[in-house]
Amino acid sequence: MPDDPPIVLTAQNLTREFDGVKALDGFSFNLHRGEILGLLGANGAGKTTAMNMLLGLTTPTAGTIQVFGKELQQHRVEVLSRMNFSSAYTSLPGNLRVWQNLRVFARIYGVPEPKKRIAELLDLLEIGYLHDRVTGQLSAGESTRVNLCKALLNKPDLLLLDEPTASLDPDIADKVRKFVRRMQKEHNIAILYTSHNMRDIEEVCDRVIFLHKGRVVAEGTPEEIVNRSEQASLEDVFIKIARSGEVEE
Amino acid sequence: MNFRIVSALVWRYLFLYTRTPMRLVELVFWPMVDLLVWGYLTLFIQENAGHSLPYPIAYLLGGIVLWDVLFRAQQGVAVSFLEDVWTRNLLNVFVAPVRTSEYVVATFGVGIMRILVTVSMMLLVAFMLYQFNVFTMGWALLPFFLNLLLCGWSLGMISTALILRWGQAAESLAWAVPFFIQPFVAVFYPIGSIKPEWIQYFALAMPPTHVFEGMREVMKTGTFNMHHFFWASVLNVIFLAASAWIFSSTLAATRRRGLLTKFATQ
Ligand SMILES: Nc1ncnc2c1ncn2[C@@H]1O[C@H](COP(=O)(O)OP(=O)(O)OP(=O)(O)O)[C@@H](O)[C@H]1O
Ligand SMILES: [Mg+2]
Repeated sequence: MPDDPPIVLTAQNLTREFDGVKALDGFSFNLHRGEILGLLGANGAGKTTAMNMLLGLTTPTAGTIQVFGKELQQHRVEVLSRMNFSSAYTSLPGNLRVWQNLRVFARIYGVPEPKKRIAELLDLLEIGYLHDRVTGQLSAGESTRVNLCKALLNKPDLLLLDEPTASLDPDIADKVRKFVRRMQKEHNIAILYTSHNMRDIEEVCDRVIFLHKGRVVAEGTPEEIVNRSEQASLEDVFIKIARSGEVEE
Repeated sequence: MNFRIVSALVWRYLFLYTRTPMRLVELVFWPMVDLLVWGYLTLFIQENAGHSLPYPIAYLLGGIVLWDVLFRAQQGVAVSFLEDVWTRNLLNVFVAPVRTSEYVVATFGVGIMRILVTVSMMLLVAFMLYQFNVFTMGWALLPFFLNLLLCGWSLGMISTALILRWGQAAESLAWAVPFFIQPFVAVFYPIGSIKPEWIQYFALAMPPTHVFEGMREVMKTGTFNMHHFFWASVLNVIFLAASAWIFSSTLAATRRRGLLTKFATQ
Protein backbone atom coordinates (compact mmCIF):
# COMPACT_ATOMS: atom_id res chain seq x y z
CA MET A 1 0.00 0.00 0.00
CA PRO A 2 1.51 3.37 -0.91
CA ASP A 3 1.42 5.76 2.10
CA ASP A 4 -1.23 3.74 3.89
CA PRO A 5 -4.56 5.17 2.75
CA PRO A 6 -7.11 5.88 5.47
CA ILE A 7 -8.83 3.01 7.24
CA VAL A 8 -12.43 2.45 6.23
CA LEU A 9 -13.31 -0.54 8.35
CA THR A 10 -11.88 -1.85 11.60
CA ALA A 11 -13.00 -5.04 13.27
CA GLN A 12 -11.59 -5.82 16.68
CA ASN A 13 -11.78 -9.18 18.36
CA LEU A 14 -14.99 -9.97 16.50
CA THR A 15 -16.52 -13.10 17.99
CA ARG A 16 -19.77 -14.88 17.34
CA GLU A 17 -21.08 -17.96 19.10
CA PHE A 18 -23.98 -20.07 17.96
CA ASP A 19 -25.25 -22.41 20.66
CA GLY A 20 -21.91 -22.39 22.44
CA VAL A 21 -19.90 -23.03 19.26
CA LYS A 22 -17.69 -20.22 18.00
CA ALA A 23 -18.39 -19.51 14.33
CA LEU A 24 -15.97 -16.62 14.51
CA ASP A 25 -13.32 -16.29 17.19
CA GLY A 26 -11.42 -13.07 17.90
CA PHE A 27 -11.33 -11.84 14.31
CA SER A 28 -9.47 -8.53 13.93
CA PHE A 29 -8.58 -6.70 10.75
CA ASN A 30 -8.42 -3.32 9.02
CA LEU A 31 -9.63 -2.49 5.56
CA HIS A 32 -8.14 0.54 3.84
CA ARG A 33 -9.61 2.89 1.32
CA GLY A 34 -9.32 1.51 -2.21
CA GLU A 35 -8.24 -1.92 -1.02
CA ILE A 36 -9.78 -5.25 -1.98
CA LEU A 37 -9.50 -7.72 0.86
CA GLY A 38 -10.29 -11.36 0.19
CA LEU A 39 -11.82 -13.52 2.89
CA LEU A 40 -10.99 -17.17 2.33
CA GLY A 41 -11.75 -20.38 4.10
CA ALA A 42 -13.53 -23.70 3.83
CA ASN A 43 -17.29 -24.06 4.04
CA GLY A 44 -18.35 -23.04 7.52
CA ALA A 45 -15.12 -21.14 8.25
CA GLY A 46 -17.10 -18.05 9.28
CA LYS A 47 -16.90 -15.77 6.23
CA THR A 48 -20.61 -15.11 5.87
CA THR A 49 -20.97 -14.76 9.64
CA ALA A 50 -18.29 -12.07 9.57
CA MET A 51 -20.03 -10.23 6.73
CA ASN A 52 -23.40 -10.41 8.43
CA MET A 53 -21.95 -8.77 11.51
CA LEU A 54 -20.25 -6.08 9.42
CA LEU A 55 -23.65 -5.34 7.89
CA GLY A 56 -25.40 -5.14 11.24
CA LEU A 57 -27.57 -8.16 10.45
CA THR A 58 -26.15 -10.27 13.25
CA THR A 59 -25.05 -8.91 16.62
CA PRO A 60 -21.52 -9.94 17.66
CA THR A 61 -21.14 -11.95 20.84
CA ALA A 62 -18.04 -9.88 21.51
CA GLY A 63 -15.85 -7.37 19.73
CA THR A 64 -16.31 -4.03 18.02
CA ILE A 65 -16.84 -2.83 14.47
CA GLN A 66 -15.97 0.66 13.29
CA VAL A 67 -16.88 1.84 9.83
CA PHE A 68 -15.76 5.27 8.60
CA GLY A 69 -14.52 5.83 12.15
CA LYS A 70 -17.96 5.25 13.65
CA GLU A 71 -19.28 2.48 15.85
CA LEU A 72 -21.56 0.38 13.62
CA GLN A 73 -24.23 -0.43 16.19
CA GLN A 74 -24.79 3.20 17.20
CA HIS A 75 -24.58 4.69 13.70
CA ARG A 76 -26.11 1.87 11.72
CA VAL A 77 -28.22 3.93 9.31
CA GLU A 78 -25.60 6.59 8.68
CA VAL A 79 -22.92 3.99 8.03
CA LEU A 80 -25.11 1.79 5.85
CA SER A 81 -25.94 4.71 3.57
CA ARG A 82 -22.28 4.72 2.47
CA MET A 83 -22.00 0.94 2.19
CA ASN A 84 -23.57 -1.71 0.05
CA PHE A 85 -23.74 -5.45 -0.27
CA SER A 86 -24.33 -8.10 -2.86
CA SER A 87 -24.38 -11.84 -2.57
CA ALA A 88 -25.07 -14.72 -4.88
CA TYR A 89 -27.54 -15.95 -2.26
CA THR A 90 -29.92 -13.04 -2.08
CA SER A 91 -32.06 -11.65 -4.83
CA LEU A 92 -34.24 -8.71 -5.62
CA PRO A 93 -38.01 -9.31 -5.62
CA GLY A 94 -38.70 -11.67 -8.49
CA ASN A 95 -42.13 -10.33 -9.34
CA LEU A 96 -40.86 -6.84 -10.16
CA ARG A 97 -39.15 -5.73 -13.33
CA VAL A 98 -35.44 -5.02 -13.12
CA TRP A 99 -35.93 -1.26 -13.50
CA GLN A 100 -38.63 -1.24 -10.83
CA ASN A 101 -36.37 -2.94 -8.32
CA LEU A 102 -33.50 -0.62 -9.11
CA ARG A 103 -35.74 2.45 -8.88
CA VAL A 104 -36.97 1.38 -5.44
CA PHE A 105 -33.43 0.97 -4.13
CA ALA A 106 -32.22 4.13 -5.86
CA ARG A 107 -34.93 5.98 -3.95
CA ILE A 108 -34.09 4.27 -0.67
CA TYR A 109 -30.45 5.33 -1.07
CA GLY A 110 -31.43 8.80 -2.27
CA VAL A 111 -29.56 8.47 -5.58
CA PRO A 112 -29.66 11.71 -7.60
CA GLU A 113 -30.87 11.30 -11.20
CA PRO A 114 -31.81 7.66 -10.62
CA LYS A 115 -32.83 6.90 -14.23
CA LYS A 116 -29.48 8.02 -15.55
CA ARG A 117 -27.53 6.22 -12.86
CA ILE A 118 -29.41 2.97 -13.48
CA ALA A 119 -28.87 3.12 -17.24
CA GLU A 120 -25.19 3.90 -16.67
CA LEU A 121 -24.67 0.93 -14.34
CA LEU A 122 -26.60 -1.51 -16.53
CA ASP A 123 -24.38 -0.42 -19.42
CA LEU A 124 -21.20 -0.81 -17.41
CA LEU A 125 -22.21 -4.38 -16.56
CA GLU A 126 -23.30 -4.97 -20.15
CA ILE A 127 -26.85 -5.85 -19.15
CA GLY A 128 -28.74 -2.89 -20.57
CA TYR A 129 -31.06 -5.35 -22.30
CA LEU A 130 -32.33 -6.59 -18.92
CA HIS A 131 -33.87 -3.22 -18.02
CA ASP A 132 -37.47 -4.26 -18.70
CA ARG A 133 -37.20 -7.92 -17.83
CA VAL A 134 -38.97 -9.60 -14.91
CA THR A 135 -36.35 -10.12 -12.21
CA GLY A 136 -37.52 -13.62 -11.26
CA GLN A 137 -37.05 -14.87 -14.80
CA LEU A 138 -33.38 -13.97 -15.05
CA SER A 139 -30.69 -16.62 -15.14
CA ALA A 140 -28.47 -16.93 -12.08
CA GLY A 141 -25.68 -15.03 -13.77
CA GLU A 142 -27.97 -12.26 -14.97
CA SER A 143 -29.47 -11.81 -11.56
CA THR A 144 -26.03 -11.73 -9.93
CA ARG A 145 -25.13 -8.81 -12.16
CA VAL A 146 -28.41 -7.04 -11.44
CA ASN A 147 -27.60 -7.46 -7.73
CA LEU A 148 -24.22 -5.88 -8.37
CA CYS A 149 -25.99 -2.98 -10.01
CA LYS A 150 -28.09 -2.51 -6.89
CA ALA A 151 -24.92 -2.65 -4.81
CA LEU A 152 -23.33 0.21 -6.73
CA LEU A 153 -26.35 2.51 -6.96
CA ASN A 154 -25.28 4.67 -4.03
CA LYS A 155 -21.61 4.88 -5.09
CA PRO A 156 -20.58 3.12 -1.88
CA ASP A 157 -17.25 3.75 -0.18
CA LEU A 158 -17.36 0.24 1.23
CA LEU A 159 -18.68 -2.75 -0.64
CA LEU A 160 -19.20 -6.24 0.76
CA LEU A 161 -19.39 -8.99 -1.82
CA ASP A 162 -20.23 -12.51 -0.68
CA GLU A 163 -19.28 -14.95 -3.45
CA PRO A 164 -20.20 -12.56 -6.26
CA THR A 165 -18.94 -14.96 -8.92
CA ALA A 166 -20.66 -18.12 -7.69
CA SER A 167 -22.74 -19.58 -10.53
CA LEU A 168 -21.19 -17.37 -13.20
CA ASP A 169 -19.74 -18.85 -16.38
CA PRO A 170 -15.99 -18.25 -16.89
CA ASP A 171 -16.61 -15.45 -19.36
CA ILE A 172 -19.01 -13.52 -17.16
CA ALA A 173 -16.94 -14.27 -14.05
CA ASP A 174 -14.00 -12.69 -15.81
CA LYS A 175 -16.08 -9.65 -16.70
CA VAL A 176 -17.28 -9.28 -13.13
CA ARG A 177 -13.72 -9.52 -11.79
CA LYS A 178 -12.55 -6.83 -14.20
CA PHE A 179 -15.56 -4.75 -13.27
CA VAL A 180 -14.83 -4.99 -9.56
CA ARG A 181 -11.21 -4.03 -10.23
CA ARG A 182 -12.31 -1.08 -12.31
CA MET A 183 -14.71 0.18 -9.65
CA GLN A 184 -11.94 -0.03 -7.11
CA LYS A 185 -9.49 1.87 -9.32
CA GLU A 186 -11.88 4.55 -10.51
CA HIS A 187 -13.78 5.19 -7.31
CA ASN A 188 -11.35 4.07 -4.64
CA ILE A 189 -13.93 1.74 -3.10
CA ALA A 190 -12.85 -0.52 -0.27
CA ILE A 191 -14.09 -4.02 -0.96
CA LEU A 192 -14.40 -7.10 1.18
CA TYR A 193 -14.66 -10.11 -1.06
CA THR A 194 -15.32 -13.78 -0.45
CA SER A 195 -14.99 -16.50 -3.01
CA HIS A 196 -14.17 -20.16 -3.37
CA ASN A 197 -12.56 -19.50 -6.70
CA MET A 198 -8.80 -19.02 -6.23
CA ARG A 199 -8.45 -17.48 -9.66
CA ASP A 200 -10.88 -14.81 -8.48
CA ILE A 201 -8.88 -14.12 -5.40
CA GLU A 202 -5.54 -13.97 -7.18
CA GLU A 203 -6.82 -11.61 -9.81
CA VAL A 204 -8.95 -9.38 -7.67
CA CYS A 205 -7.59 -9.18 -4.14
CA ASP A 206 -4.75 -7.00 -2.90
CA ARG A 207 -4.63 -8.86 0.37
CA VAL A 208 -6.12 -12.08 1.70
CA ILE A 209 -7.16 -13.40 5.09
CA PHE A 210 -7.55 -17.14 5.58
CA LEU A 211 -10.09 -18.22 8.18
CA HIS A 212 -10.26 -21.68 9.63
CA LYS A 213 -13.00 -22.54 12.11
CA GLY A 214 -13.50 -18.88 12.83
CA ARG A 215 -9.83 -18.03 13.44
CA VAL A 216 -7.33 -16.22 11.24
CA VAL A 217 -4.63 -18.70 10.11
CA ALA A 218 -2.88 -16.67 7.43
CA GLU A 219 -2.78 -13.13 6.14
CA GLY A 220 -0.92 -11.32 3.37
CA THR A 221 -0.89 -10.84 -0.38
CA PRO A 222 -1.73 -14.00 -2.32
CA GLU A 223 1.94 -14.35 -3.40
CA GLU A 224 3.24 -13.89 0.12
CA ILE A 225 0.97 -16.59 1.43
CA VAL A 226 1.89 -19.04 -1.32
CA ASN A 227 5.62 -18.39 -0.80
CA ARG A 228 5.46 -18.66 2.96
CA SER A 229 3.55 -21.92 2.88
CA GLU A 230 5.85 -23.56 0.34
CA GLN A 231 2.85 -24.72 -1.64
CA ALA A 232 2.63 -24.54 -5.40
CA SER A 233 -0.49 -22.39 -5.59
CA LEU A 234 -3.13 -20.61 -3.58
CA GLU A 235 -5.43 -23.52 -4.27
CA ASP A 236 -2.98 -25.87 -2.57
CA VAL A 237 -2.69 -23.52 0.39
CA PHE A 238 -6.47 -23.52 0.64
CA ILE A 239 -6.65 -27.31 0.67
CA LYS A 240 -3.82 -27.58 3.17
CA ILE A 241 -5.54 -25.17 5.54
CA ALA A 242 -8.95 -26.76 5.10
CA ARG A 243 -7.56 -30.19 6.01
CA SER A 244 -5.00 -29.42 8.70
CA GLY A 245 -5.93 -25.95 9.88
CA GLU A 246 -2.34 -24.81 9.38
CA VAL A 247 -0.39 -23.12 6.63
CA GLU A 248 3.05 -24.60 7.22
CA GLU A 249 4.17 -28.17 7.73
CA MET B 1 -38.18 9.33 9.94
CA ASN B 2 -37.27 9.90 6.32
CA PHE B 3 -40.30 10.06 4.04
CA ARG B 4 -38.27 9.50 0.92
CA ILE B 5 -37.39 6.07 2.27
CA VAL B 6 -40.94 5.35 3.41
CA SER B 7 -42.27 6.25 -0.02
CA ALA B 8 -39.61 4.14 -1.72
CA LEU B 9 -40.77 1.14 0.28
CA VAL B 10 -44.39 1.91 -0.55
CA TRP B 11 -43.44 2.06 -4.26
CA ARG B 12 -42.07 -1.43 -3.94
CA TYR B 13 -45.50 -2.70 -2.84
CA LEU B 14 -47.32 -0.65 -5.46
CA PHE B 15 -45.12 -2.16 -8.15
CA LEU B 16 -45.85 -5.56 -6.66
CA TYR B 17 -49.61 -5.12 -6.79
CA THR B 18 -49.59 -3.76 -10.33
CA ARG B 19 -47.33 -6.59 -11.46
CA THR B 20 -49.34 -9.34 -9.80
CA PRO B 21 -53.08 -8.66 -10.10
CA MET B 22 -53.80 -11.93 -8.28
CA ARG B 23 -52.84 -10.10 -5.08
CA LEU B 24 -55.75 -7.74 -5.74
CA VAL B 25 -58.20 -10.60 -6.19
CA GLU B 26 -57.44 -11.69 -2.65
CA LEU B 27 -58.27 -8.19 -1.44
CA VAL B 28 -61.75 -8.44 -2.87
CA PHE B 29 -62.66 -12.10 -2.95
CA TRP B 30 -62.97 -13.11 0.71
CA PRO B 31 -64.68 -9.93 1.86
CA MET B 32 -67.26 -10.45 -0.89
CA VAL B 33 -67.87 -14.02 0.20
CA ASP B 34 -68.46 -12.82 3.77
CA LEU B 35 -70.77 -10.11 2.63
CA LEU B 36 -72.83 -12.43 0.45
CA VAL B 37 -73.07 -15.42 2.78
CA TRP B 38 -73.80 -13.52 5.99
CA GLY B 39 -75.98 -10.97 4.24
CA TYR B 40 -78.17 -13.62 2.63
CA LEU B 41 -78.34 -15.62 5.84
CA THR B 42 -79.55 -12.61 7.80
CA LEU B 43 -82.10 -11.78 5.12
CA PHE B 44 -83.37 -15.35 5.30
CA ILE B 45 -83.64 -15.29 9.07
CA GLN B 46 -85.32 -11.91 9.06
CA GLU B 47 -87.90 -13.01 6.50
CA ASN B 48 -88.73 -16.18 8.41
CA ALA B 49 -88.77 -14.67 11.84
CA GLY B 50 -91.07 -11.98 10.59
CA HIS B 51 -90.19 -8.58 11.86
CA SER B 52 -90.04 -9.76 15.42
CA LEU B 53 -86.29 -10.18 15.06
CA PRO B 54 -84.69 -7.38 17.03
CA TYR B 55 -81.39 -7.66 15.29
CA PRO B 56 -81.26 -5.78 12.01
CA ILE B 57 -79.11 -6.83 9.12
CA ALA B 58 -77.37 -3.48 9.34
CA TYR B 59 -75.58 -4.53 12.54
CA LEU B 60 -74.15 -7.53 10.82
CA LEU B 61 -73.17 -5.73 7.62
CA GLY B 62 -71.65 -2.88 9.60
CA GLY B 63 -69.71 -5.43 11.62
CA ILE B 64 -68.45 -7.17 8.49
CA VAL B 65 -67.31 -3.97 6.82
CA LEU B 66 -65.68 -2.44 9.88
CA TRP B 67 -64.00 -5.70 10.84
CA ASP B 68 -62.40 -5.65 7.45
CA VAL B 69 -60.88 -2.25 8.16
CA LEU B 70 -59.04 -3.81 11.08
CA PHE B 71 -58.18 -6.99 9.20
CA ARG B 72 -56.81 -5.20 6.10
CA ALA B 73 -54.71 -2.85 8.24
CA GLN B 74 -53.24 -5.84 10.04
CA GLN B 75 -52.63 -7.62 6.73
CA GLY B 76 -50.92 -4.56 5.30
CA VAL B 77 -48.25 -4.89 7.96
CA ALA B 78 -47.94 -8.67 8.27
CA VAL B 79 -48.31 -9.64 4.61
CA SER B 80 -45.98 -6.89 3.42
CA PHE B 81 -43.33 -8.30 5.71
CA LEU B 82 -44.02 -11.78 4.34
CA GLU B 83 -43.75 -10.49 0.77
CA ASP B 84 -40.21 -9.43 1.63
CA VAL B 85 -39.49 -12.85 3.13
CA TRP B 86 -40.98 -14.72 0.15
CA THR B 87 -39.05 -12.67 -2.39
CA ARG B 88 -35.85 -12.88 -0.35
CA ASN B 89 -35.74 -9.11 -0.28
CA LEU B 90 -35.52 -8.67 3.47
CA LEU B 91 -31.75 -8.72 3.46
CA ASN B 92 -31.54 -6.00 0.82
CA VAL B 93 -33.81 -3.85 2.95
CA PHE B 94 -31.98 -4.49 6.20
CA VAL B 95 -28.56 -3.71 4.75
CA ALA B 96 -29.94 -0.47 3.35
CA PRO B 97 -30.11 2.66 5.51
CA VAL B 98 -33.70 1.93 6.50
CA ARG B 99 -34.82 2.52 10.07
CA THR B 100 -37.15 -0.02 11.60
CA SER B 101 -39.70 2.76 12.08
CA GLU B 102 -39.54 3.66 8.38
CA TYR B 103 -40.09 0.07 7.38
CA VAL B 104 -43.06 -0.27 9.71
CA VAL B 105 -44.63 3.02 8.66
CA ALA B 106 -44.39 1.95 5.01
CA THR B 107 -46.36 -1.18 5.84
CA PHE B 108 -48.90 1.02 7.67
CA GLY B 109 -49.31 2.91 4.42
CA VAL B 110 -49.82 -0.32 2.53
CA GLY B 111 -52.52 -1.15 5.08
CA ILE B 112 -54.37 2.05 4.26
CA MET B 113 -54.22 1.32 0.54
CA ARG B 114 -55.53 -2.20 1.07
CA ILE B 115 -58.40 -0.84 3.14
CA LEU B 116 -59.34 1.67 0.48
CA VAL B 117 -59.60 -1.07 -2.14
CA THR B 118 -61.48 -3.59 -0.02
CA VAL B 119 -63.79 -1.32 1.89
CA SER B 120 -64.91 0.72 -1.08
CA MET B 121 -65.81 -2.48 -2.92
CA MET B 122 -67.70 -3.79 0.09
CA LEU B 123 -69.64 -0.58 0.60
CA LEU B 124 -70.74 -0.60 -3.01
CA VAL B 125 -71.93 -4.20 -2.88
CA ALA B 126 -73.62 -3.78 0.51
CA PHE B 127 -75.48 -0.78 -0.81
CA MET B 128 -76.56 -2.46 -4.03
CA LEU B 129 -77.64 -5.77 -2.51
CA TYR B 130 -78.97 -4.78 0.88
CA GLN B 131 -79.52 -1.03 0.62
CA PHE B 132 -77.04 -0.78 3.46
CA ASN B 133 -75.55 2.67 3.49
CA VAL B 134 -72.71 2.96 5.91
CA PHE B 135 -72.67 6.73 5.53
CA THR B 136 -75.93 7.05 7.47
CA MET B 137 -73.61 6.72 10.46
CA GLY B 138 -72.28 10.10 9.44
CA TRP B 139 -69.13 11.58 10.89
CA ALA B 140 -69.05 8.88 13.60
CA LEU B 141 -67.50 6.65 10.95
CA LEU B 142 -64.25 8.56 11.06
CA PRO B 143 -63.33 7.83 14.70
CA PHE B 144 -64.46 4.20 14.23
CA PHE B 145 -62.32 3.89 11.17
CA LEU B 146 -59.24 5.46 12.77
CA ASN B 147 -59.48 3.33 15.87
CA LEU B 148 -59.78 0.13 13.87
CA LEU B 149 -56.86 1.22 11.71
CA LEU B 150 -54.66 1.73 14.77
CA CYS B 151 -55.71 -1.59 16.23
CA GLY B 152 -55.02 -3.36 12.92
CA TRP B 153 -51.53 -1.88 12.84
CA SER B 154 -50.88 -3.11 16.39
CA LEU B 155 -52.04 -6.60 15.53
CA GLY B 156 -49.93 -6.45 12.37
CA MET B 157 -46.79 -5.70 14.34
CA ILE B 158 -47.60 -8.46 16.80
CA SER B 159 -48.16 -10.95 13.95
CA THR B 160 -44.83 -9.98 12.41
CA ALA B 161 -43.07 -10.29 15.75
CA LEU B 162 -44.52 -13.79 16.18
CA ILE B 163 -43.35 -14.80 12.70
CA LEU B 164 -39.88 -13.40 13.46
CA ARG B 165 -39.84 -15.35 16.70
CA TRP B 166 -41.16 -18.67 15.41
CA GLY B 167 -39.81 -18.59 11.89
CA GLN B 168 -41.39 -18.91 8.52
CA ALA B 169 -43.25 -22.04 9.58
CA ALA B 170 -45.49 -19.70 11.57
CA GLU B 171 -46.40 -17.57 8.58
CA SER B 172 -50.07 -18.54 8.70
CA LEU B 173 -50.21 -16.40 11.85
CA ALA B 174 -50.32 -13.45 9.48
CA TRP B 175 -53.92 -14.45 8.73
CA ALA B 176 -54.81 -15.99 12.08
CA VAL B 177 -53.85 -13.37 14.65
CA PRO B 178 -56.88 -11.06 14.23
CA PHE B 179 -59.18 -14.04 14.62
CA PHE B 180 -57.70 -14.87 18.03
CA ILE B 181 -59.54 -11.83 19.32
CA GLN B 182 -62.51 -11.72 16.95
CA PRO B 183 -64.86 -13.82 19.11
CA PHE B 184 -64.23 -11.57 22.09
CA VAL B 185 -64.46 -8.09 20.65
CA ALA B 186 -68.21 -8.02 19.97
CA VAL B 187 -67.99 -7.58 16.22
CA PHE B 188 -71.37 -9.13 15.37
CA TYR B 189 -73.15 -9.27 18.75
CA PRO B 190 -73.30 -7.03 21.80
CA ILE B 191 -70.79 -7.57 24.55
CA GLY B 192 -73.55 -8.91 26.81
CA SER B 193 -73.75 -12.03 24.64
CA ILE B 194 -70.20 -13.01 25.46
CA LYS B 195 -70.23 -15.78 28.08
CA PRO B 196 -69.00 -16.59 30.70
CA GLU B 197 -69.33 -13.11 32.03
CA TRP B 198 -65.76 -12.68 33.19
CA ILE B 199 -64.62 -12.75 29.56
CA GLN B 200 -66.48 -9.48 29.17
CA TYR B 201 -63.74 -7.80 31.22
CA PHE B 202 -61.22 -9.06 28.73
CA ALA B 203 -63.45 -7.81 25.91
CA LEU B 204 -63.63 -4.36 27.45
CA ALA B 205 -59.85 -4.19 27.55
CA MET B 206 -59.73 -4.60 23.74
CA PRO B 207 -60.03 -1.40 21.68
CA PRO B 208 -62.26 -2.87 18.91
CA THR B 209 -64.97 -3.86 21.40
CA HIS B 210 -65.65 -0.21 22.05
CA VAL B 211 -65.77 0.55 18.34
CA PHE B 212 -68.32 -2.16 17.58
CA GLU B 213 -70.44 -1.31 20.63
CA GLY B 214 -70.31 2.31 19.55
CA MET B 215 -71.25 1.39 15.99
CA ARG B 216 -74.40 -0.42 17.09
CA GLU B 217 -75.36 2.45 19.33
CA VAL B 218 -75.07 4.94 16.50
CA MET B 219 -77.18 2.71 14.27
CA LYS B 220 -79.83 2.20 16.94
CA THR B 221 -80.13 5.59 18.59
CA GLY B 222 -78.18 7.90 16.35
CA THR B 223 -75.98 9.03 19.23
CA PHE B 224 -72.24 8.79 19.32
CA ASN B 225 -71.06 7.41 22.63
CA MET B 226 -68.07 9.44 23.83
CA HIS B 227 -67.37 6.93 26.55
CA HIS B 228 -66.69 4.14 24.05
CA PHE B 229 -64.70 6.49 21.85
CA PHE B 230 -62.56 7.56 24.77
CA TRP B 231 -61.75 4.00 25.79
CA ALA B 232 -61.10 2.78 22.26
CA SER B 233 -58.59 5.61 21.76
CA VAL B 234 -56.82 5.24 25.07
CA LEU B 235 -56.52 1.48 24.70
CA ASN B 236 -55.28 1.87 21.14
CA VAL B 237 -52.48 4.20 22.16
CA ILE B 238 -51.41 1.68 24.80
CA PHE B 239 -51.68 -1.22 22.35
CA LEU B 240 -49.76 0.59 19.65
CA ALA B 241 -46.91 1.49 22.00
CA ALA B 242 -46.79 -2.03 23.42
CA SER B 243 -46.79 -3.74 20.03
CA ALA B 244 -44.16 -1.37 18.64
CA TRP B 245 -42.02 -2.30 21.62
CA ILE B 246 -42.69 -6.02 21.13
CA PHE B 247 -41.85 -5.77 17.45
CA SER B 248 -38.61 -3.85 17.86
CA SER B 249 -37.36 -5.99 20.72
CA THR B 250 -38.18 -9.16 18.77
CA LEU B 251 -36.25 -7.77 15.81
CA ALA B 252 -33.29 -7.00 18.06
CA ALA B 253 -33.48 -10.50 19.52
CA THR B 254 -33.56 -11.96 16.00
CA ARG B 255 -30.36 -10.05 15.21
CA ARG B 256 -28.78 -11.32 18.41
CA ARG B 257 -29.72 -14.90 17.63
CA GLY B 258 -28.29 -14.44 14.14
CA LEU B 259 -31.54 -15.52 12.53
CA LEU B 260 -32.36 -12.44 10.49
CA THR B 261 -30.28 -13.73 7.61
CA LYS B 262 -32.04 -17.09 7.72
CA PHE B 263 -35.26 -15.28 6.83
CA ALA B 264 -33.58 -13.56 3.99
CA THR B 265 -31.78 -16.38 2.27
CA GLN B 266 -33.54 -19.67 2.91
N1 LIG C 1 -27.86 -18.70 12.62
C1 LIG C 1 -27.00 -19.67 12.88
N2 LIG C 1 -27.26 -20.57 13.86
C2 LIG C 1 -26.38 -21.54 14.16
N3 LIG C 1 -25.21 -21.72 13.52
C3 LIG C 1 -24.89 -20.88 12.53
C4 LIG C 1 -25.76 -19.81 12.15
N4 LIG C 1 -25.18 -19.14 11.13
C5 LIG C 1 -24.00 -19.74 10.89
N5 LIG C 1 -23.83 -20.79 11.72
C6 LIG C 1 -22.63 -21.68 11.78
O1 LIG C 1 -21.49 -20.87 11.82
C7 LIG C 1 -20.43 -21.46 11.06
C8 LIG C 1 -19.90 -20.47 10.05
O2 LIG C 1 -20.86 -20.30 9.02
P1 LIG C 1 -20.68 -19.28 7.81
O3 LIG C 1 -21.95 -19.24 7.08
O4 LIG C 1 -20.13 -18.02 8.33
O5 LIG C 1 -19.55 -20.01 6.94
P2 LIG C 1 -18.92 -19.58 5.54
O6 LIG C 1 -17.48 -19.40 5.79
O7 LIG C 1 -19.66 -18.44 4.95
O8 LIG C 1 -19.15 -20.90 4.71
P3 LIG C 1 -19.53 -21.11 3.15
O9 LIG C 1 -18.24 -21.11 2.42
O10 LIG C 1 -20.14 -22.45 3.13
O11 LIG C 1 -20.44 -20.01 2.73
C9 LIG C 1 -21.01 -22.72 10.45
O12 LIG C 1 -20.60 -23.81 11.25
C10 LIG C 1 -22.50 -22.52 10.54
O13 LIG C 1 -23.17 -23.74 10.69
MG1 LIG D 1 -20.81 -18.15 3.15
